[in-house]
Amino acid sequence: MKHIEAKNVNVYYGDNHVLKDITLSIKENTVTAFIGPSGCGKSTFLRTLNRMNDYIESFRKKGKVYIDGKEIYDKKVRVEELRRQVGMVFQKPNPFPKSIFENVAYGLKIHGITNKKEIEETVEKSLKQSALWGEVKDILNKPALSLSGGQQQRLCIARTLAVKPTIILMDEPASALDPISTAKIEELISELKEKYTIVIVTHNMQQAARVSDRTAFFYLGDLVEYEKTSELFTNPRHKQTENYITGRFG
Amino acid sequence: MPAIEPELQALKDNLLDMLSLVRNQMVKCKDAIRKNDLSLAAEVLEDEKKVNVQELAIDRDCENILALFTPVATDLRLVLATLKITNDLERIGDNAKSLAKFLINNKNDYPREWLGTFKLEAMLDVLISMLKDMGEALRESDTKLARKTTKRDEFLNDYNKKAMKTTAELMKDYPGDAKILLNLFSITRNLERAGDLTKNIGEEIVFHIEAKVVKHRKDQQ
Repeated sequence: MKHIEAKNVNVYYGDNHVLKDITLSIKENTVTAFIGPSGCGKSTFLRTLNRMNDYIESFRKKGKVYIDGKEIYDKKVRVEELRRQVGMVFQKPNPFPKSIFENVAYGLKIHGITNKKEIEETVEKSLKQSALWGEVKDILNKPALSLSGGQQQRLCIARTLAVKPTIILMDEPASALDPISTAKIEELISELKEKYTIVIVTHNMQQAARVSDRTAFFYLGDLVEYEKTSELFTNPRHKQTENYITGRFG
Repeated sequence: MPAIEPELQALKDNLLDMLSLVRNQMVKCKDAIRKNDLSLAAEVLEDEKKVNVQELAIDRDCENILALFTPVATDLRLVLATLKITNDLERIGDNAKSLAKFLINNKNDYPREWLGTFKLEAMLDVLISMLKDMGEALRESDTKLARKTTKRDEFLNDYNKKAMKTTAELMKDYPGDAKILLNLFSITRNLERAGDLTKNIGEEIVFHIEAKVVKHRKDQQ
């Protein structure tokens, strides 16, 4: 379950039409970046992909979102299971006020895994995958909140990886981090793409250019352009895209 | 206005200045021939230093813009095109210098009418007008003009072909002047080459504005 397909997706918050007829397809094992000015709908669309918007009372959606051919808004879909398969990393690192180990093990326990050895192995594997193991292997029982911002974000990625998702959604995952931590997250994204499908929302256009295979530019709820990243940043087809990426917006 | 805007404008202005300087070298070459005034040829040699200084300054500006502003799309293409155009201009300037040197060093070695026989003034006219129009095309982002202007390179190719024939014929009649005739032929070759470089400038302008690569069409398949 890795391939994402959105068909004519419209999203409303009350009377506010925030996503307009979005149709887009994301291939498996790729990194896709969503860019656009604040309020363009990119984060809303990202959250539509694992039903995070369900909590918003005024949220309404039309159109279909398929993941590996299955409509994720179908009544039969268990939302918890969907979110296990479609993990999410947020802008601000949000570890639980627990130990490093417990943070990564938490999701496993929630999903009913009790075998200690299995939990330990998964924690180690996830921390290795998120390139944090070397830095924390001797302090696993220390509070997660004692880690630096960059380490906390990688811990959150490890926590997401532990429950074996196939798709990882990232909402501005490096915007609160220093350049070195940002570089580590970007490097990690490139490595993770071998096994996962990654969708990232970023305001940092150089970051979108560096990490993604394809880029989607949103503006006022419309998907203006969705292209190979190398093409979009060198020869955008739409004037609006060009104005945005060259900083001549508005 | 984005911070990169004034930087790009200054870059473009400097590039247009450099183009104008090189074009002026060709004008001076033509006047040196027409007025038989070698002081103008000497000026062309002096100007070459200015061209080199301009090239270095523009290259440095390009490097700074790339490092500090990380341009994309049309902005990136302007910087990339500028890097190539300065290189083309510098080499066009070198060709003007070769002609000026020839005029200075060989002033008593050939009958002056041979300059007319080899159509040097006519070739310079084509080059000067091509460079003028390329400047206009760049200033106004006019790719139609750039495309149209590149075609005039064919006139220079024709002059060069005829010069080969002329050289062969004159060498038969004046075997003792073979060396100077070969020098004259090499001047026409240089001017023809300057036409190719001017054509490259047109292609770079199209790349900057339209993101289309028009050179090496066959190899792009």
